[in-house]
Amino acid sequence: MDEARIARRGLSPRLWLAGGWLLLALLAAIFAPLVAPQDPLAQDLMLERLPPFWLDGAEPGYWLGTDSLGRDLLSRLIFGGRIAFIVAFAAATSACLLGSALGLIAGYFGGWADRIISRIVDVWMAFPPVLFAILLVAVLGTGLSSVILAIAIIDWTRFCRVIRAEAMSQARMDYVESARIAGYGRIGIMLREVLPNVLPSVVALLSLEMGIAVIVEAILSFVNLSISTDDPTWGGIIAEGRLSIHQAWWVLVFPLITLILTVLSFSQFGEALKARFDPVLR
Amino acid sequence: MSANMEPCLDIRRLSAVLPNGQRVLRSVSLSVQPGEVRALVGESGAGKTMIGKAVLGVLPKSVRVVEGEMLIEGEDLGRLDAKARRNLIGARTALIPQDPLTALNPSRRIGPQMTDRLVRILGWSGDKANQRIRQLLDEVQIRDPERVLKSYPHELSGGMRQRVLIAAAFAAEPRLIVADEPTTALDVTVQKQILRLIAQLQRDHGTAILFVTHDLGVVAKISQKVSVLYAGKVVEEAETAALFATPQHPYTRALIAATPRYTDPYASLKPVDESVLAGLATEIAAADKDWRPGHG
Repeated sequence: MDEARIARRGLSPRLWLAGGWLLLALLAAIFAPLVAPQDPLAQDLMLERLPPFWLDGAEPGYWLGTDSLGRDLLSRLIFGGRIAFIVAFAAATSACLLGSALGLIAGYFGGWADRIISRIVDVWMAFPPVLFAILLVAVLGTGLSSVILAIAIIDWTRFCRVIRAEAMSQARMDYVESARIAGYGRIGIMLREVLPNVLPSVVALLSLEMGIAVIVEAILSFVNLSISTDDPTWGGIIAEGRLSIHQAWWVLVFPLITLILTVLSFSQFGEALKARFDPVLR
Repeated sequence: MSANMEPCLDIRRLSAVLPNGQRVLRSVSLSVQPGEVRALVGESGAGKTMIGKAVLGVLPKSVRVVEGEMLIEGEDLGRLDAKARRNLIGARTALIPQDPLTALNPSRRIGPQMTDRLVRILGWSGDKANQRIRQLLDEVQIRDPERVLKSYPHELSGGMRQRVLIAAAFAAEPRLIVADEPTTALDVTVQKQILRLIAQLQRDHGTAILFVTHDLGVVAKISQKVSVLYAGKVVEEAETAALFATPQHPYTRALIAATPRYTDPYASLKPVDESVLAGLATEIAAADKDWRPGHG
């Protein structure tokens, strides 16, 4: 009986590929000073626009080439990963906690709580998210904590809506009624009976949201509204690469690939986690 | 049997309305004596389940009780505050639900789900609760309790889940169990076993049961008394044997006549006669005419 289950777990390349990439990128980001071949900020105009290692004119030690100021692209991507992961974890977790808590309350209690929370969500979602983010950062001032705060403030609605719907359908189930007959309190039922059943969705959304946070951070960097321009960020590198696309395509292409792989991995990892978390799908 | 002849459940003139003013329960009175099985029979929409939910304090928010009393072992639920009512219902009643799949929490293992109530509501020790659950699983003839206790609900068959729920309902020794069509969601061969189990445990534990069903065959097998419900009104009430032998109300006669019989498998199914339905409509209209909400 358990063998089939183990076999199915072993056959989940999606989990391993996505998890593997995320782990690699995360470790590289954490140990950036040890891993990065060059100083990401060191400029050397003698080395400007070196191509990646397999093309003519490449220099050893500059694996993915250099940008128009002679800075090593690989090192900048690795250091940029630090910001990306900090933003991903902090912003997604904050959005998740706020949105899931409100969604759970709205979905389980219904009535006035639901009406108030749902109207706030409706109003919130009427703002175009990217403009809202830019506006927020402009008001809060640039900097890492503003970016995290802005993403959390914008994206909690995503959690709120999904978890509300899930909590609502769970609240109608007979096991919730049985718990009420047995005499459990409403909050106890919400936390002990309903929450475990919406948790798989929370986990999947959380991972998806981390990918989205990486994108939003990149967008904000792209329009120069993220953190200070000295620190390398993926969005910042993409913005620079755009200017020299005809002379040095690699400065644009490699950060894009990194970004896409990371965002894709987050969403796939979340789906795979959900399948494993959910006792019915397992 | 019991020296205390107070009914286990006593419902007096219970009426309930929907927000649009439509009556869903029409002065329902019925009682269940200790250790007795009272069947509540009627077609879908007659309000059978509503009565069960009212007793257990889980009526939908849209349904409002406008008159009547409900007493559990002589204690008037309407006079208790919300918390005391919850505690009374939690300690003295239990539900055997209709759908054994949604009645169990899908993300929790069977064992903790069953012991939880004994530990948290009745204040038993974990060991005592565990022992009790094993004993009950044995009574409902579950052969491998260890596997069942470790399983998630979806890993068990429908019949097994219903056995688990029956065991859970009897575990806390409630005085009254509301069984809400407990065999309807099961296939026919399993239905019979489950019905026999409920009857067996009911006898062994001396528990009173309010048995909600639409199936007269089930009524005959399990109950001592019957209330026939139509459009939220009790149209006939009798001892089970007497009801089948000498049904008084034309609706009851029509229901009995409509039950398919093994002895005559080729007979076509008989719907309830138009004239009977017309008579019922008049009866309901007459009851509503004199009725003013809020006057008990």
